[in-house]
Amino acid sequence: MTTSMQKPEPLEPDARKPSGQPEKVVPVQSPRALTRARRRQAVARFWRQYRTHRAGLVGLAVLAVIALLALTAPLLVGADSQSVTSAPGGPMEAPSGEFPLGTDQFGRSLLALMLWGTRVSLTVGLLAAFLSVAIGTLIGITAGHFKGWYATVVMRITDWFLVMPTLVLAIALATVLSRSVWTTILAIGVTTWPTTARLVRAQTLSVESRPYIERSRALGGGHRHIMSRHVLPNVMPLVLAQTTLVISTAILTEATLAFLGLSDPTIVSWGGLLQDAREAGAVSSGNWWYLAPPGLAIAVVALAFTLCGRAIESVLNPKLGVSR
Amino acid sequence: MSSESTPALLKGAAGVESTESGGPAPAGPSARSPRSRSTAAYARYAAGKLAGAAVSLFAVLVTSFFLFRLIPGDPVKQMTGGRQVSTEQIAAMRREFGLDLPLWEQFTQYCGKALTGDFGTSYQFRAPVVDKIAEALPATLLLTGTAFVIYTLLGIWLGARSAWRNGSAGDRANTAFALTLYSVPSFWLGLLLIITLSVGIGPIPGLFPTGGMESGDTEGFDRVLDIAHHMVLPVVTLVAVEYARTLLVMRSSLLDEMGSDYLTTARAKGLRDDLVRRKHAVPNAMLPTVTLLFVNLGTTVAGAILVETVFSWPGLGGLFYQALSVPDLPLVQALFFVFAAAVILMNTLADVIYPLLDPRVGR
Repeated sequence: MTTSMQKPEPLEPDARKPSGQPEKVVPVQSPRALTRARRRQAVARFWRQYRTHRAGLVGLAVLAVIALLALTAPLLVGADSQSVTSAPGGPMEAPSGEFPLGTDQFGRSLLALMLWGTRVSLTVGLLAAFLSVAIGTLIGITAGHFKGWYATVVMRITDWFLVMPTLVLAIALATVLSRSVWTTILAIGVTTWPTTARLVRAQTLSVESRPYIERSRALGGGHRHIMSRHVLPNVMPLVLAQTTLVISTAILTEATLAFLGLSDPTIVSWGGLLQDAREAGAVSSGNWWYLAPPGLAIAVVALAFTLCGRAIESVLNPKLGVSR
Repeated sequence: MSSESTPALLKGAAGVESTESGGPAPAGPSARSPRSRSTAAYARYAAGKLAGAAVSLFAVLVTSFFLFRLIPGDPVKQMTGGRQVSTEQIAAMRREFGLDLPLWEQFTQYCGKALTGDFGTSYQFRAPVVDKIAEALPATLLLTGTAFVIYTLLGIWLGARSAWRNGSAGDRANTAFALTLYSVPSFWLGLLLIITLSVGIGPIPGLFPTGGMESGDTEGFDRVLDIAHHMVLPVVTLVAVEYARTLLVMRSSLLDEMGSDYLTTARAKGLRDDLVRRKHAVPNAMLPTVTLLFVNLGTTVAGAILVETVFSWPGLGGLFYQALSVPDLPLVQALFFVFAAAVILMNTLADVIYPLLDPRVGR
């Protein structure tokens, strides 16, 4: 998205000192303790601004509830609720007191399956997004730090990945590799990193043009020191915003791949449930109660991550004008 | 909304063109430097972009060849479908599809043929891949083209309104609704629409066909109506999930313009608020949106894969899905190339056209 291509203002603690904080309270401290205190202040300031975004708070609350459900799923419903052979209900039962969301074609409770699906969708979404953002950050920082032929080659590769239709490439990868959750994670991670790489590279270039980088270099700071101690902390806020946005893309892509039958068929996921529903003829028989919940869950989680991401983005860059 | 903003866009383009055709140089940024130099600079810029696109296209060609060779399973076995075949027959089939050659030779042959527009013969249809794609292309273009026009107009219109009343209840509702639809999986929305409006639940009768492109028993104007009737639900699905992106970009680029002095001037002249927005703010805010439009045009073709699958629309997306399940290597390769090429060409077009629209960029 073009909105996210704009360079957010880096959260740089020493650039704008909070006026309310008396500095003399801090006695002689080691540099590390100073850094830590400054980071804490930055986080506190970030949270104060984030709190003013109502949509971002709603997103965060929704995510907390869903994460809790995913973590406690084994306590709420037993592992045997996924078993096809010992299903408690009849096939394709409409919602009732015993099965609040009805049953699937094997007689399994859809509510239980939905809860199990939460775990898969969240895990795949998070891991794929982390993989994607990790690749993007690594490539972005190194391409911004080392100029010359390395940057040229790497950015050409990035550009080339950027124009590849993500979904088509992910489908192709998922087809080519064996069907498993890891394949899905890999396919999403490998296809979505270029946007992050470009953002991080732009930010790295702007950070590296500052005098304190020159100072660090003059004092003998090596490549690794500059990249990890000076550039990385400055691109982290941007990376955080990007991660939340990539997670929602990843969750949607995971559902899409599962719906096309390209993920592990033995694992219950929201996208997989939709595929099951379609194959069981829920569409032609008008069983909307089978189809509605999984898609709704996907949309809610993706939306929650998007809301958080946009709130973070607008805290970092108030010019974006995201509505509160 | 966009019809009002086109004159301004065209004006920008016309100004640059007149410089290139050797007419009297108009006052403006391009008039400062000698005419020939600016034209030459643009030509160099455009040539660079086109060369980049050519490199990307070749890279896609290479990828499409090697990526799909990794699919497990022997295509010949798939084609014979488990029937008893002698080794001679298998060898003959391998020869027919060029699978007996070493990989490197297959690759050079593939590239050479692709340059002349020959993507080989489909395994499952036993017909030239190009013919299959040409058959499916009109359906895809019709569907994505219609959806593209609708969601672009809708996105620009709603985005402009949203930004103009930034922070109002209307803006918030607008953005929230668009973001919600943006988070919805397109195939799920399609299935829900089929259930409620085609199959019908409860008192709602089936209003629309469940899939396909036409009933096949109509001609002339009736056929047009029939196709339009079949198109309603797929187009609605595509528009619903796609328009948010245009809206958000239009909204943020108009917000960037909001504080500008020229808007204050326009208001000071006594222009109505509505006119200030339509004649002054929106045309300027359109520029970043134009880039997005081209990108959208490229990605919607590939994005329609799911909608086409759900609505059994006889287009490229459905064909891709069908080809993947075999795997029908020549068809998959060619379609992958087509999808990627659409994005690459549209991005390049945006890069080449953008400086013509906005003289500040890329000169």
